[in-house]
Amino acid sequence: MARAVTNKTKAINTAIAWTVGILIFFPILWTILTSFKSEATAIADPPVFLFFDWTLDNYTTVQERSNYFRHFMNSVVISIGSTVIGLAIAIPAAWAMAFVPGKQTKNVLMWMLSTKMLPPVGVLVPLYLLFRDWGLLDTRIGLVIVLTLINLPIIIWMLYTYFREIPNDILEAARMDGATLRSEVIYVLLPMAVPGIASTLLLNIILAWNEAFWTLNLTAANSAPLTAFIASYSSPEGLFYAKLSAASTMAIAPILIMGWFSQKQLVRGLTFGAVK
Amino acid sequence: MGRITLEKVRKSFGETQVIPPLDLTIEDGEFVVFVGPSGCGKSTLLRLIAGLEDVSGGEIRIDGRPATDLPPAKRGLAMVFQSYALYPHMTVRKNIAFPLKMAGMSEDEKKSRVERAADVLNLTDFLDRRPGQLSGGQRQRVAIGRAIVREPAAFLFDEPLSNLDAALRVGMRLEISELHERLKTTMIYVTHDQVEAMTMADKIVVLRKGNIEQVGSPLDLYRNPRNRFVAEFIGSPKMNIVEGAEAGRHDAHAIGIRPEHIDVGEGPWEGKVGVSEHLGSDTFFHVHETGLADVLTVRAPGEVNHRAGDKIRLSPQLDKLHRFDRDGLRIT
Repeated sequence: MARAVTNKTKAINTAIAWTVGILIFFPILWTILTSFKSEATAIADPPVFLFFDWTLDNYTTVQERSNYFRHFMNSVVISIGSTVIGLAIAIPAAWAMAFVPGKQTKNVLMWMLSTKMLPPVGVLVPLYLLFRDWGLLDTRIGLVIVLTLINLPIIIWMLYTYFREIPNDILEAARMDGATLRSEVIYVLLPMAVPGIASTLLLNIILAWNEAFWTLNLTAANSAPLTAFIASYSSPEGLFYAKLSAASTMAIAPILIMGWFSQKQLVRGLTFGAVK
Repeated sequence: MGRITLEKVRKSFGETQVIPPLDLTIEDGEFVVFVGPSGCGKSTLLRLIAGLEDVSGGEIRIDGRPATDLPPAKRGLAMVFQSYALYPHMTVRKNIAFPLKMAGMSEDEKKSRVERAADVLNLTDFLDRRPGQLSGGQRQRVAIGRAIVREPAAFLFDEPLSNLDAALRVGMRLEISELHERLKTTMIYVTHDQVEAMTMADKIVVLRKGNIEQVGSPLDLYRNPRNRFVAEFIGSPKMNIVEGAEAGRHDAHAIGIRPEHIDVGEGPWEGKVGVSEHLGSDTFFHVHETGLADVLTVRAPGEVNHRAGDKIRLSPQLDKLHRFDRDGLRIT
């Protein structure tokens, strides 16, 4: 007999889900609301929720003071660039690990994962010095390189998991049908792995878009992406919550919209393989 | 052409030797079945021929040309997998055309070949469907279609019918045999089912633990098994083996008699009927307390009724008796 789901449990589950969802979303909502307040209302005590004089002044000020579009373009170039390069490296790597594993494959995978446990600040100084000597500080290329390397383990791991789900028989069939390694990957493996590759791509763009440690430390003005744009409103000006919120809202809006439209793909990709 | 020769071919995975050096010749146009219990190395042997596994030693030749170091794509062989291994993202048409695309064939040639194959396999109505929309039997036919379009030197079948239900299996068995009649191309077929082996093969290769136990025509193996293993593996229900004094009377360590070679009625052997299986065309009796073996299986033609517990007398057809020595080899 299938497990009975009563209306009562359904209602409770729905309530819990909504509570968690609202809790997670609340800070973002608060930021968006604050961006429409005056500086005085923003720090009012007790806080004002919805009933205040809505204003677009903060957005105007932010627009006047900084070049949003330049930061936006930097973010786009850096996140898409690092993701595309990452995928180009990770696809062959994941193929090799999934389909022709060697004795050390497991160890290599674990080692790659372990690099994610290293606190980034631990390698900041050497990396900063290298970047300085190579002239990569405050360049888009430099950031693309660093973010590619930072996220490569995750990309390889995700693709490896997806590739493992593809039956070896099918790749062998392609080999028997006369496919070279290249055609096997292009005509058989990649089309079958499209959902996995798409969600890897999306997730990685989001991670790269939101990455704040390296983007803040290795940039100044030229290649600063939106994370640096937000940060520029927090320190030098003192605490101007409303303007900071406006800048934040502008910075997260593109990725939030992309995430909204691709949520089906993301969820499908992230739960891929969980249910056969 | 599709003459395949294996010379001293062996295969080890790490320290474990799965196929000790073996020699085998498969003649052009032959239908050869590799049969044996699971883990006997029959699939591995097929994959060595296909090139999906590398040999650890020895030489494989296809039509006289050395093929040992050729990748699968260059061997000119086609394979049908147990899981069908169709490309799920392609239509039936594209699946069948894939080997032709890889061979760089022109669009017109591809189209006509795919249509011809679809016609042969009754797939014309399904050409624009995807594998997910087909039944098991149809999928298997697509897999066969993908194999025949390329006109390979030989077809390799790796337990192609194991995933089908019993009725479909019998039908597909016939279709594959008819295909062989029509194409006259070499076929190598792997199965653990001795009925498939007996019904389809020109030549059966019986394998055990990577060793070839015997090679021969189905009836040759049935009539003249080289040893006890082959004797018991070929034939259904399997051969009765009797050891001890009764075997001694025939100057053997053990004697074997097939269920269909024991007559019910008069005779020197006596036992108590256990379970009877009525097939309509035949009746199988499992006879206990014979003093010869734990149980003797007897096949009586037609419908014969004996209740459980009945005593019956049995008489082995002495000219059909097989005698085996202490090592299990047949005494001729």
